[in-house]
Amino acid sequence: MASLLHQIQHHSVTIAASLPLDSGQSLPSVAIAYQSYGALNADKSNAVLICHALTGDQYVASDHPATGKPGWWARMVGPGKPIDTDRFHVICANVLGSCMGSSGPATPDAATGVPLGMAFPVITIADMVRAQAMLLDHLGISRLHAVVGGSMGGMQALAWAANYPERLGSAVVIASAARHSAQNIAFHEVGRQAIMADPDWQDGQYYASARAPTKGLAVARMAAHITYLSEAGLTEKFGRRLQARDIKSFGFDADFQVESYLRHQGLAFTDRFDANAYLYITRAMDYFDLADPHDGRLAGAFTAAKDVRFTLVSFDTDWLYPTAESRRIVQALQSVGAAASFVELSAPFGHDSFLLDVPALDRIVAGALGGGF
Amino acid sequence: MALRPDLAIIAAAVPTGSRVLDVGCGDGELMAALRDQGVDARGLEIDPANVTAAIARGQSVVQGDANRDLADYPDDAFDYAILSQTLQTTERPDRVIDELLRIAPRAFVSFPNFAHWRVRLDLLWGGRMPVTRLLPIAWYETPNIHHVTVSDFRDLLRAKGIGVEAAWYLSGDKPTSDAAASWRAEHAIFLIERA
Repeated sequence: MASLLHQIQHHSVTIAASLPLDSGQSLPSVAIAYQSYGALNADKSNAVLICHALTGDQYVASDHPATGKPGWWARMVGPGKPIDTDRFHVICANVLGSCMGSSGPATPDAATGVPLGMAFPVITIADMVRAQAMLLDHLGISRLHAVVGGSMGGMQALAWAANYPERLGSAVVIASAARHSAQNIAFHEVGRQAIMADPDWQDGQYYASARAPTKGLAVARMAAHITYLSEAGLTEKFGRRLQARDIKSFGFDADFQVESYLRHQGLAFTDRFDANAYLYITRAMDYFDLADPHDGRLAGAFTAAKDVRFTLVSFDTDWLYPTAESRRIVQALQSVGAAASFVELSAPFGHDSFLLDVPALDRIVAGALGGGF
Repeated sequence: MALRPDLAIIAAAVPTGSRVLDVGCGDGELMAALRDQGVDARGLEIDPANVTAAIARGQSVVQGDANRDLADYPDDAFDYAILSQTLQTTERPDRVIDELLRIAPRAFVSFPNFAHWRVRLDLLWGGRMPVTRLLPIAWYETPNIHHVTVSDFRDLLRAKGIGVEAAWYLSGDKPTSDAAASWRAEHAIFLIERA
C-alpha cells in the first residue's frame, strides 16, 4: 500500500532555496504540501498556522485523500468553528520528513531519481518550523496571528515562539511538552525497532520493491496507540471482553476486543503512512528539547518571546505529555514575563483528548484566538 | 453587570497602564474591568472551570494555587498584586502576603471582617461559628480556614513593617469609617506597600 500512498497528488510548492538543517546538512530545495482555508485579508494579518502531530497531515479540515475520512481537526476548524475560517486564513502544512507531499525519505534523489530512503538527512522540530517559515515567506505572510498545535504540533508552536517570536502574535500549545522525556524516547525506540526489524524494511529502500515493512509499521502504531489512550478509557471501551467469541481460544488469535482493535488500528495505519517517515519524525521528536541550547534553562528559549501570548492546555488523563510538562513551560514563561494562560482540563481520552470532543477546549482555543465561542 | 463593590473600589484605584496580577481571579470579572481601563491584567485561579471561562474571554490566566504557585513569578513582575476575598482561605496568609509584596511593590488585599458586630453577636449569644452573608458556609465545609479581623490584619502589617497606603471598609455596600471599621465593617480592602 505504501506505493499507492505515494501516488496521491497533493497541493504543494517547491521552494528552490537551500534549507539549512540542525544536523549541519542542508536540503538543496524543499517541497512543502499544504492546505489552506478561509480568505487571507488585505493586510495579511489574519493567518493562523496549524501544526499537525506525528502521524497527522495537512488535511486538517478536509477529507483525507487516502482514507476518505473527515479532516483530523474538522471539529475545531471551519466556518463558525473555534478556529473560524470566516475570520482566519488557516494554513496547515505537511511537516518536513513526512509522507503527504512534503520533502521526506520518499523524495527522489535529484540526481538518480531513486527515493532517498535513509539518505534523507535526520531532521528536527526546528527544521520543520524553518521549512514552514520558508512556506510563509513564499506566500508573502510575514506575521502569523497565531500558531496552534497539539502534541508534536505543540512542540512546533513552541519552536515558532522560540525561533521566530517576532513573527507570531499568539501560540496555542495543547497536550505537549518542551522536551521529550526518557519514557517518550523509549516508546519511540520500540516503534522504530519494530520497523527496522521487519525484513521488508530492506534498510529503508523498499519503495521500488513489492514489499514494504507494513508489519513493523503496524506494530509501531499499535504500541504508540496505547500511549495515546488512558487506562480507564481502554477499560471502559474494551474491558476484558472477548472478540466475536464466547470462550477463550487457548491460542494466539485476537481473543480480546482490545487486541482486535489494536491490530485493526495498526493495519489501517499502514494504508496512510510511510514507515521511513515514521522513523524520521519520531527521531525529530526525540531530539526535541527547547532548553538544550540554553544550558538546560527553558526560560532561555523564551527571552525574546515576551510579547507572544501563550495558551497551554493539558489533560488530566494524558500520561504521555503529562500536566507537569505544561507547568514547566508555564513557569519558564512567567519567569520571562510573557503573558501565559494554562489550564489542565478533565477528559477521559488520554493524550488523544486534544482531537476529541472536549467542549472546554473549543472555548479556550476560540478565546486564545481572540473570539468568542 | 456591575462589579461587586469591593472589586469596583480596587478597579478604581488601579492606574491605567499598570501591570497587575489578580490572585484568585475567578472567571476574570475584575480583570475584564481592568482591561477596559487599559491595565495589563493577568490572573491566577485554582478552579479549572473558572480558568476556562477567563481564557475564553481572551484573558491570560494560569491555573494554580496561591499557596504554592506564586513562587513561579519573578520579583517585581507586576506593579500591583490583588488578593480579593482569598486571604482567609490560604494555608499561611502571612507567607502569601510576603509573596504578593515580592511579586509587586503594592498589593490590594480584601477579606471579610470576622469582628463585624453581627459575627460577634452570633458567637456571643449563639455560641456557634457564625454563618453570615459574607461567610455563608458552615464551619465544617467552609474554605475560610483562617478567619481574620480588621485588627488582626493591622497587627500583622505592623509586625511585618508593611505600610498601608489606603484602606476601605464596607458595611453592606456602603463605606464605613476607619475608626468604626473593627465593629462595623463587613468587608475590608487594604492597599499595602512593601516594607
